[in-house]
Order: sequence, then structure tokens, then C-alpha cells
Amino acid sequence: MTTDELIWRIAGGSGDGIASTSQNFAKALMRSGLHVFTHRHYPSRIRGGHTYTEVRVSAEPVRSRGDGYNFLLALGDSFARNPQENAYYGNEETKPLTENLDDLDDGGVIVYDSGLLDTDDIPNFDERAAEHGWHVYDIDLRTIAREHGREVMRNTAGVAVTCAIADIEPEVIKSLMDDTMPEKVFEPNMSVFDDAYEAVHDSFDADAPDISVPSGDHDEEQVLISGSDAIAYGALDEGCRFIAGYPMTPWTEVFTIMSQNLPEVGGISEQVEDEIAAAALAIGASHAGVKAMSGSSGGGFALMSEPLGLAEMTETPVVLIEAMRAGPSTGMPTKTEQGDLEHVLYTSQGDSHRVVFAPADAEEAYRQTRRAFQIAYEYQIPSIVLYDQKNGGELRNVPASVFDEEPNPDLGSVITEAELEDAPHDPSGKYNRFQHDPGSDVSPRSLPGQTGGRYLATGNEHMEAGHISESPANRVNQVNRRMSKMETIRKELDGDDGERNVHYGPAEADHGIMTFGSQQGTAAEAVDRLNEEGHSAKLLGVSELAPYPVDEVTEFVESVDEVLVVEMNASAQFRGLTQKELGRYGEKLSSLLKYNGNPFEPGEIVDGFVTSIVEDGTIPGHETKFVPATGD
Amino acid sequence: MSAFNAISDDHEHDRNEYTPGVEPQPTWCPGCGDFGVLKALKGAAAELGLSPEEMLVCTGIGCSGKLNSYFDSYGFHTIHGRSLPVARAAKLANPGLTVVAAGGDGDGYGIGGNHFAHSARENHDMTYIVFNNEIFGLTKGQTSPTSPKGHKSKTQPHGSAKDPIRPLSQSLTAGASYIARTAAVNPNQAKEIIVEAIEHDGFSHIDFLTQCPTWNKDAKQYVPYIDINDSEDYEFDNTDRTEASEMMYETETVLHEGTVLTGRYYVDEERPSYGQEKRAIGEMPEEPLAERYFDDDYEWERVYDTFLDRHK
Repeated sequence: MTTDELIWRIAGGSGDGIASTSQNFAKALMRSGLHVFTHRHYPSRIRGGHTYTEVRVSAEPVRSRGDGYNFLLALGDSFARNPQENAYYGNEETKPLTENLDDLDDGGVIVYDSGLLDTDDIPNFDERAAEHGWHVYDIDLRTIAREHGREVMRNTAGVAVTCAIADIEPEVIKSLMDDTMPEKVFEPNMSVFDDAYEAVHDSFDADAPDISVPSGDHDEEQVLISGSDAIAYGALDEGCRFIAGYPMTPWTEVFTIMSQNLPEVGGISEQVEDEIAAAALAIGASHAGVKAMSGSSGGGFALMSEPLGLAEMTETPVVLIEAMRAGPSTGMPTKTEQGDLEHVLYTSQGDSHRVVFAPADAEEAYRQTRRAFQIAYEYQIPSIVLYDQKNGGELRNVPASVFDEEPNPDLGSVITEAELEDAPHDPSGKYNRFQHDPGSDVSPRSLPGQTGGRYLATGNEHMEAGHISESPANRVNQVNRRMSKMETIRKELDGDDGERNVHYGPAEADHGIMTFGSQQGTAAEAVDRLNEEGHSAKLLGVSELAPYPVDEVTEFVESVDEVLVVEMNASAQFRGLTQKELGRYGEKLSSLLKYNGNPFEPGEIVDGFVTSIVEDGTIPGHETKFVPATGD
Repeated sequence: MSAFNAISDDHEHDRNEYTPGVEPQPTWCPGCGDFGVLKALKGAAAELGLSPEEMLVCTGIGCSGKLNSYFDSYGFHTIHGRSLPVARAAKLANPGLTVVAAGGDGDGYGIGGNHFAHSARENHDMTYIVFNNEIFGLTKGQTSPTSPKGHKSKTQPHGSAKDPIRPLSQSLTAGASYIARTAAVNPNQAKEIIVEAIEHDGFSHIDFLTQCPTWNKDAKQYVPYIDINDSEDYEFDNTDRTEASEMMYETETVLHEGTVLTGRYYVDEERPSYGQEKRAIGEMPEEPLAERYFDDDYEWERVYDTFLDRHK
């Protein structure tokens, strides 16, 4: 067991307050100067079911879940279904313990609520605990909570026990609770906290495990932020004041954050009848001159396919957010996957042209959402921000200064009434809003209500003033103009300061790992470990999926012997995209895939790399799958 | 100072201003009822003194969807069934616009039926004209949601087994606050109804009977028609939901027996529009959002100052 970091897992049932307790725990430790990273696992139900959140805590920056964990707080599932022999779901009452033991490190700590759980119900528990050197604490958290307040306060009791065992200063937790709880809730919680804290000291002093939370210090003020927060904040700082949506996990988080914040800044949120309407509303609002967005997860995004094409054809700027979860169809609603890449790239009829960014983490999500808006409004094209349940929901500390940026309400390529006076119109007086200008792919758009700007926006192929036309010459001109935006955008992105596609590890490394989106941080940790272990590896984490950074990726692939492409889906979509865009290198690109609903652990990438690139072969005992390069 | 001066324009406008200077001739078939909608809309817009550039006409797909090709204003020819969500949002973004949505009976009552129900429910301040010809025209004569039971077509070779939609009743149930039916053969009534619908603060639904002489030859030309508000044979209070409902039911039933009833079926002037409701709960700004992007003095909020403290 490592003692330089705590990986704390709080487990129970949905509705037991696991998410809020872990969030407060993470924030308290962040305030104390530590780096934190959370990983959520929960079922698609309101009450009960195997749920946990991991909080990884370190003095050094953390950007991934770890391999396994070292501290289990098993609270019991208050809403477990009655154990029934041969039930598909097994014995839910014991799951906070049974489901979590396989991943617990040797020498780890188990605290369980003996008011709800009994280790006699767990097969071979004592033998396993002895074999792995686990330190087991049975404390009746429920009774402590009931004595001073309500049963739900057993979460507080569990946190207090954690503090006692892991040497966390109680004041760190208490001051946060003081900030977040009303007085009448805070007082009983403090009594619960103190009693539970003492219960550990009274009973187990002699058997203290070798674990204590490190101490740390931040150079600057930190905020605890999720990817969903960051996407919403990027949109708000970019002047987005209109959102339309329909709830769907995990996209609901962004929609909720926007809906709660928009009224404060004089914006409008519309929860509408379906996702077709949602995308169409965003297009309507943008058409009328307001920066607008919509979004969904896979199934809802499928309904947006036709409006997405309408935005391309009418050159209406819009930003759509796609939060991936395990598919196909309803799939696993609360579990993560990266299986919608091809869906967002190609959905909707005809030759698609759209921008797709896949941010890796909260900081990238903020910046790339902003860039997505800028590109959309400058080039009158849909931009899509693609993320997943993992990086949408994970909380991490980020310097507050990341958000110390100026707002940008610029509407991009629009024309003013004054400019319209001298702008080209057709003989009927309509503004040539879709004109062919050899110097530019984009015609500035007029907005309804402007004098001298009227035109027809239509999903049909159309002439300069919007009139429907099937003339071959006009068709080719219009298609070429719309499609050429992708090349222009590629050039503009190439000129950006800073990296959207992240290079990590020694430049001269022999082997490459590639990821897109949310797996980047985990792969970076794997690269560190590989190099420490004597291997030679580097990482390219790609965020720009369309237009694809062909030159940058080519250079990376050229610079190494082989590349392992790591992604969370079963059909190697990112590797496929890379091969299609590069047009070669099939023999150099192999895949490491995972699609069981859980994100990669760094160790799985380490083992996958060692197996595939260094040794060649299969990966026994892993939940990942290796697919060799073409011709291997 | 407004960035949208067509909205505050108070000039008079001649009906010919809404006729495109280039290709004013619609491609509709001779005798098509759609001409009647176009003519009535031009007459109504002129009567209301609307500048072509303060109007946004959003259409769906089909013969009716071409309305904004032949009506010169800002236009958005959307996709099949989706004119309403595009139109709704444009109105919310810039409430100064006069927003009219239009489409066929398949567009509005079939593929876009969900949007129809919810737009009416929300009572958006806009006008929705449904060109109801009881058939799919542009795709060459298939049975539509308003085709009568037993209607034979290439896709319903044994006659439709389905009862037709009851568009007026549905509209009332969903929550529209102005509901009328008119017919292309009744241009004066049609114009008056469009004027009232645009002036109405809320969701105005006009079921506009538009004969299809090409694909629906069996159907009547919607003559003779009866104006239920004028006829002594029909007495009802169109501000009373129950009486309106009964009148609608009868109207929908007798259409297929050869009696064409038209008029204003339901008018609720009391119900606040969606924009008013939304402003009342603080979820919509008083000033048009679209103006803000042109307001150099507006201080745009920063996340860093506004929302970040809760994460510290």
C-alpha cells in the first residue's frame, strides 16, 4: 500500500448521500492544500443499488483515478431490495462490502457501518481480510447518527472515522460543514462527528494502519470543478445566453447548471418536448442573433441529427454538447464509454461539415467550449463538444485563475444595418447572405429585424440570396464554399497558442500512446509509470477530432515505432478515424479497448502497453481488450 | 438605439411589398389553395403595417413550405415538421419580431405533432398557419393525418383504416389561445383571421383549408362554406371552452359529410403569453436578448466574478 496518497471510496446505495458527502470531503481536502480527483460509479435508479465515489487525494497533482484504492467506507444501502435467492441482482444489502473488496489494496482499510452490515454475511470475509492485511473497523455509525440527529448523518460519522484513522485534522472537515450547513443541521452533525471520531480512538488505538493523508500546499487559490461545470462556464463566458434541452444522463448536468445560472445573467433556458425541438430552438435563437446551445447524450443526440444538418446547410452557428454513455440504444445510462465518436462526426444526411472538440478534463472543457463557440459563430457552422460520463462528472481541483478570463459576446460573422446599406443585394432587394466571395468562405449573416437584410434561410440547396436552386453550377459553388470552411478552420486552429492536442512524455520516446478526450489524464499517468519502469513511451491526447490535425498526428506517428490507441469502445472508432484521416499507418496502430462501463485505470494501460508493444500477446485477467495492428 | 430598425419602422406598407421582385410566380399547381394563404397573408401584413423585415416566416417542408419563397420577408424554410421550435426560439430571442410559422397538415399534425401540442400548451406569442388539404401533395398524393377514413391512395390501397386527426379539438386541448379555421376559397375571412391571429398575444392556430386540385380531386373545393360566427344556424360563445369544444367537434365531423364550417372557434384574451409568463418568473429579460449583443455599454457577466465562489 502506498502511503503518499489516500484513495478513499465511500460506498452505499443511491439516495444515501454518497455524492454530496464525497464532494464535501474532496472540497475540504482541497481547501487544506491537497490535490483531489473523484471518480463516480452509480446505477440508473433513484434509490438503492451499488454506488460509490472514489476520492483520490495527494500532495502532488492528480489527473486520473488510481489503480484500486486503499480506504473503504462502507455505509450500507438503505434502499436495498430484499435478498432473494438466485435474484439477478444478488444480495444488495451486502454490496457496499462485497462489490468493493476486489479492488481494495493489500493493507487497506475497511470501515463499515455495523448498524447495517454484518461481515458474517460476506463469504470468507475474515480469511480475505487476513490474507490481504486489511484493517477492519466495525463501527455502528447508524446508532451514533440516530443518537444525535437523523440516520442520514451516518455519512458524517463515516467521514469522522476516516479522519481519525487517516490523520485528517477534524477542523478541515468541520469548517466546510459549517459553511455549507444551516445551524440546526450543523450542530447535530458536529455531535455525530465528535462521537464517531472518539469511537475510533477509544477502540482501536493499538491497531493503527500505516495510512495517513499527506499534507500539501497550493501556490494559488483552487476551485473544485467538474467537466460539466467547465463546459457550462465556458459557454457563459462566451456570451451564450440561450439553451434548449431535454433531460438525459449524463448531459443533464450541463443543462441543469446552465438552467440554474442563466436567469442570473439575463439568459433564457428552455426545457422542451424532445431533442429535435431542443436543437431546433437553439438554431432558431441563433438565427435571430443570440448565442445559443443545446446538447444531449447519445440517444437524444440521434434525434438532433436532422436539425444538425439544417444548421450546416443554412450556415446557422450553433454549439451542441454530446455527453457519451455506454450504448447502443439505452445502453448503460450511468456508465461511461466513448462509443459516440463516429455518431457525432457523421450523423445527418449528406456531406457533413462540423467542428468536434473532445476535451480531456475540466480545464480543457472550459477553454475548448469557448473555442467551439468562437469557431461556430465566426464560420457559421455547428460545433460539437464531445465528452462522456467520466470527465463530465469527475471533480478535481483547478486553479481559480483558469477562469480569470474576459467574456466574449462577439456574434462572429454578422453584418450591421449600416454595413447592409452597401452590401450586395439581388435584384429583388434580398441580401446576398450566401454569396461566393473568393477571398472568404463565410458571408456575414444578417439578422431578422435588420433593415435591408432580408433573405431566405433554407435547408434546400440555395442561391446567394437564399432562393431555392438545383442549378449544378450553383450547387458546386455552394458545396465548395461550405466545405472549404473545414480547411480554413484547420489553419486557424493550427495558429492557436497553446495545446489542444496534448503531448506528454519524452519527445524522443520509441513508443506512442494515443487517446482522445477523457482518457488523456489516465494515459499520462501510465506514461510516467512506463518510463519509470524503463520503457520508452510518450502520449498524444487528441482533442481536435474535426477538422482532424493530420499533420500533427502524422508527425507523432512517424516519430515512434508503434502506437497503442487507447479508447473506451469496442470498435476502435478513434483508431479508425486516425487511419482514415492519415490514409496510412494501419500497420503501426494497435488498440487497447475497454467497454465494460468503467474508465481505464492507469495500470490497465501500463499492462496493455507492455503486453501489446513490448511482449505482444493477450492480456489475461484484464477487463480490457487488445486489437493488433493491421497485418499483425 | 436598436440594432433592428425594421421592427420600430412605422411606415405604411403596400401588399405588393411582400411580393418578391424576382420570380414572384409560385410553382403551385393552378387552382391550388396555397395561393389563397399567400394572398391573405400579404393582405393581413399590409393591413397591420408590418415591414417585411420585421417579419420572420418559418415554414416546414411540402408545397406549403414554399410560402416564404413567395412571400418577401425574412424567411426560414426549416425541415419537415420543425417550423414551430425554430419560430418559438426566434420569438424568445427577439420578441420584437412578428413570427409566423406555417406548414401542411402532415407537417403540423403528423411529423410535427409533438411540437404543435407543446407550442400551443406554452402559448408562444406567434401565429401558426396549417395548410390543411387532407393529403400529402408534394410527395404525390399519399393519405395524410387529416385524410378521411377510407381514403384510398397508393400507400393506402384499401382505404385508410384511421379516423382523421381533429386539429381544432387538439389545439384547444393543448392550450392554444386563438383557434380558427378558414378556407382558401374565402379570402376576406382568411385575411381578417390572419390579422386577428397576428394581433393576438399568444399562440394563434389557423387551420387553413387549402384545396389540392391535383392529388385530392375527390375532395370538395370547400364550397359552399359557412361562417359559424355569422350564421344564425350556429350559436355559440367562442370564449367558452365547452361551447368551443362542441362546435369544433361538430365542425370536424361534418367536414367529411360535405359541410364546410369556418370561423373563430376559440379566443382567450386573458391567458398570458409564454413570454409574459417567463418574464414574470424572472427567466426572461425585459429587453430583447438579441439587442444585447449590439449594446456596447452592456457589461457582460464573468463566470469568475459571478459563479466561482461556490466552488472554492
